[in-house]
Amino acid sequence: MTTYLALIYTPEMDWDQSKPAEMSGEYAEFNRAAAAVLRGGNALYPTATATTVRVSGGKGGDVLTTDGPYAETKEALTGYYVLECADLEEAVKTAAQIPAAWNGGVVEVRPIVQFS
Amino acid sequence: MTTAGDAVARLVREERARVLATLIRVTGSVDLAEDATQDAVVRALETWPRDGVPANPRAWLLVTAKRQAIDHIRREGRRTDKEAAAMEPPVDEAPEEVRDDLLRLVFTCCHPFLSLDAQVALALRTLAGLSTAEVARGLLVPEATMAKRLVRAKQKITGAGIPYRVPAAEELPDRLAGVATTVYLIFNEGYDGRPLLAAEAIRLGRVLAELMPDEPTVLGLLALMLLQESRRAARAGTVLLADQDRSLWDGAAIKEGVELVGVALRRTPDRPDRYVVQAAIAACHALAPSYDETNWDSVVSWYDVLLTVHDTSVVRLNRAAAVAERDGAEAGLALVDAITGLDAYPWWHASRAELLHRLGDKDSARVAFDRAVAAGINAPTAEHLRRRIFD
Repeated sequence: MTTYLALIYTPEMDWDQSKPAEMSGEYAEFNRAAAAVLRGGNALYPTATATTVRVSGGKGGDVLTTDGPYAETKEALTGYYVLECADLEEAVKTAAQIPAAWNGGVVEVRPIVQFS
Repeated sequence: MTTAGDAVARLVREERARVLATLIRVTGSVDLAEDATQDAVVRALETWPRDGVPANPRAWLLVTAKRQAIDHIRREGRRTDKEAAAMEPPVDEAPEEVRDDLLRLVFTCCHPFLSLDAQVALALRTLAGLSTAEVARGLLVPEATMAKRLVRAKQKITGAGIPYRVPAAEELPDRLAGVATTVYLIFNEGYDGRPLLAAEAIRLGRVLAELMPDEPTVLGLLALMLLQESRRAARAGTVLLADQDRSLWDGAAIKEGVELVGVALRRTPDRPDRYVVQAAIAACHALAPSYDETNWDSVVSWYDVLLTVHDTSVVRLNRAAAVAERDGAEAGLALVDAITGLDAYPWWHASRAELLHRLGDKDSARVAFDRAVAAGINAPTAEHLRRRIFD
């Protein structure tokens, strides 16, 4: 088994609008349907709350922070799931069920390194 | 190298992919399996010409490769001795198992989760057994770039967990289409001037046909490649089909290709396969005693069938050219002019130039010729057209 991170990129959500409520129903449905492979996951606050951290000059060097996410595009990282699947085919099949994947967003699937 | 040496080299080359495929299953690592198989191949090339070819060359290679793999593992301490020992299964693999291993390797190399570039590189490296340098040369990419591409592809298979398995029956049509695309792309890379790649693509086609003798896609693909390859000697320097010396065509390849088309058509259940239909068109040309005696009715009909499964502007253009031969330049030109989206395609302008020339409209033919040149038509075709239109 391999553990995968499914990174969810969508247009930023306006949590004041009614759409999130309706979408959370779809996510609830996904969570039920994919329960067998879900190991965790979270929705993220909007990218306006993000701070990007970088240290220049090696360990202990100057901490440079930038207000905002690392790479800002029209779509942003808005949430993630941790999946435990037999292989990449199962992980992709599951990712394709995440509402973002069919609601105009994309999902990036990457294996998580297991340090033994 | 001696003749005996050549025969050994050929034998080793043919068995290499099967041994590699089995070893990937046993070790679970493409890299380790490749190293071990390569070691076994080198040993075979050293000892067989001297000591004679063993009774079962594949089993010999497999045993040797497995020992090498175990040595690698022990040396690098990657796994415990117990695990390494567990990897030493009985040697006499069942033929079906070997076949399935090779199929697994085909579908893993040509997996849609890999980029098409990576699929082609990996298929050439692992299935065709070309060295990284040969793959780089064949695909006109710097060797360092190719090495990186191959490493990334193998990392993705192992690290991201692309399964090493034959797709389930219901997934097969989709996945087979990707495999066919990869093999045909390799063939096309070799179509002009790089016969090594074309030969490897045909070899892969033969392996696929042996592994999946009932799949029309596979039979059609092999037939198409054989029929196109049969004209290589006559095509030198891009001689157009109409002007080729048909006595230079490879009769044996044509016979095999035409027979395969027949088998593939009988195996086609309902929806025609695009490779089978393209091979049928190639067969019409291969069977015609001369360009003028081509059965254009059949060619046009096959293009009509092809359009039902593979409707592209280029197919429409080729159909229009066949219609021009059957019904005359005017009918052909009307069809060519109706095709949209080919403004950047030099053959579209070249076809217009040729047909306008036949209709006696020299001025328009010249304009079309200039556009074909500007769009980058190859030099021999440009020269051929220039002579027709300006002389």
